[in-house]
Amino acid sequence: MSADKNLASEITGSANIESDIFKQKDIAHLLIQHDKVVGKHAVEGLKIVTEKIPNGIQINLRLRKGTKIKKPVQMCFGMMPKTGIQRIKLNAVIEKNAHINVLAHCTFPNAENVKHLMDAVLTLEENASYKYYERHIHSDKGGVQVVPKAKIHVGKKARYITDFELLKGRVGLIDIDYETTCEEQSTLEMNARVNAYSDDIVKIREAGHLKGAHSRGVLLTRVAVRDQSKAEVYSELTASAPYARGHVDCKEIVQDNGIVSAVPVVKVNNPKAHITHEASLGSVDSKQLQTLMARGLSEEEATDKIIQGLLQ
Amino acid sequence: MGILEISNLSLHINNKQILRDINLDIWRGHIHALVGTNGAGKSTLASAIMGLEGYKDITGKIFFNSELINALTIDQRARKGITFGWQEPARYEGISVSDYIGAGIQKNENNRAGIIEDALKKVALKPEDYLTRAVDETLSGGERKKIELAAIIAMNPPFIMLDEPDSGIDVATLDRMADAIKILKKKGTTVLLITHSLAVMRQADHAFLMCNGQIIEKNTADKIIPYFEQNCIPCDHKNKPDKRQVQEAMK
Repeated sequence: MSADKNLASEITGSANIESDIFKQKDIAHLLIQHDKVVGKHAVEGLKIVTEKIPNGIQINLRLRKGTKIKKPVQMCFGMMPKTGIQRIKLNAVIEKNAHINVLAHCTFPNAENVKHLMDAVLTLEENASYKYYERHIHSDKGGVQVVPKAKIHVGKKARYITDFELLKGRVGLIDIDYETTCEEQSTLEMNARVNAYSDDIVKIREAGHLKGAHSRGVLLTRVAVRDQSKAEVYSELTASAPYARGHVDCKEIVQDNGIVSAVPVVKVNNPKAHITHEASLGSVDSKQLQTLMARGLSEEEATDKIIQGLLQ
Repeated sequence: MGILEISNLSLHINNKQILRDINLDIWRGHIHALVGTNGAGKSTLASAIMGLEGYKDITGKIFFNSELINALTIDQRARKGITFGWQEPARYEGISVSDYIGAGIQKNENNRAGIIEDALKKVALKPEDYLTRAVDETLSGGERKKIELAAIIAMNPPFIMLDEPDSGIDVATLDRMADAIKILKKKGTTVLLITHSLAVMRQADHAFLMCNGQIIEKNTADKIIPYFEQNCIPCDHKNKPDKRQVQEAMK
């Protein structure tokens, strides 16, 4: 087995992905270990160009007009060493009427002092769709800093959905900053689910600007905070076109000495636009807890079940 | 011997006496109704029996299977065999119906899936339509109530308290809910129905009439129902009936 194959096998194994996936010709993939591309395969209509940059990789991804990729593209960003920096620069263009689903696995199973820096610029042209499901697997040492930044432009009638999940291992420090602009009749959905404990720090800033008439946007955040961990969630949704509709929904559960804050900012600059928001911060709901306890679950078991459900 | 005995139970909340000197025996394998108009103290008494937050600081004693349970937590009481079905059950984001019902089933049970499906069928819900749905706001009030009863049936404890089991249930499936309660009785489960609904009271063998935080009469359901209908509903706590007057009226 070549060195690259070994590395590829290491990162896919740590992300619990079946390696058979990467042998299938109809599944595109991109595997990056630290600053090295260890696996790459594109399918018809998808172009992936990679280039080495200091401590990382520049990715240029383009999906040709009208292409609909049936099976999700698998991306894996891993750092197997205990220390180091991984910088990923992603520039993606989804052309008119093209559709793509991406499953991104970010795995840092041994991290003691690892930085994962992501800078992404995404452009969705008219009636394009891009679903990006990002799943993180970290070590239990808390030595990871994850700093993803993204600027997304969602064109007319296009659809952008992102789902960020960090439920396995310690968060360490996470500092998300996503900003999206939506044109006429486009749809935006940004979800983030994070489970923090020990002295983890979670910072999430999600902003959506509904600039086009009839555009839609939902920002949804679920964070559980335990021990001495802290979370700050800043969700901003603005609507400045007629019939733009949006909703901001933030729920944070606090246990032990955790600290949470949520800042929902909603702005409406057009009398025909409408945005709602709801935020719930605090301990586990007493009625939910007592109901499960009345079924025989201990307080700890019931609390875990409620938190797991919230982060599903 | 009763499965649950309460002696001299009183409860104050915010310096106000809510329950007064309750003495009660619940008979094993029978269906009982705790009857009274709104505010009589029925749900409070059931909450005190379950040991819910805010209802634990009672005076008096609660025995379950002859064991004093005052000091036990909710889950300890549940593991002894007591459970409670809320009038408006909690909703859970991300927890499936299957997972929710399964939570009360013994961990070493091998036939979990079969028990869950069977419990749903007993409350007139098709398992294929509900197993993977979340127990969240997308369920109607009636669906949520049925799932609560299904969860209790699956848990199969010896003693069940159901608070207003018919509220939010559509007329078409009320009979199925009544059947589910009869099935519990057949299995030997002891049930305490907390209700002001005459239809629910009629399912009971015994009834306890509550007014202003007191039990003012214990009798068969047949005798309590007409008294409740004629006296308690029009009165709605305005008069404070004397226990002797009530007993006299029952005769």
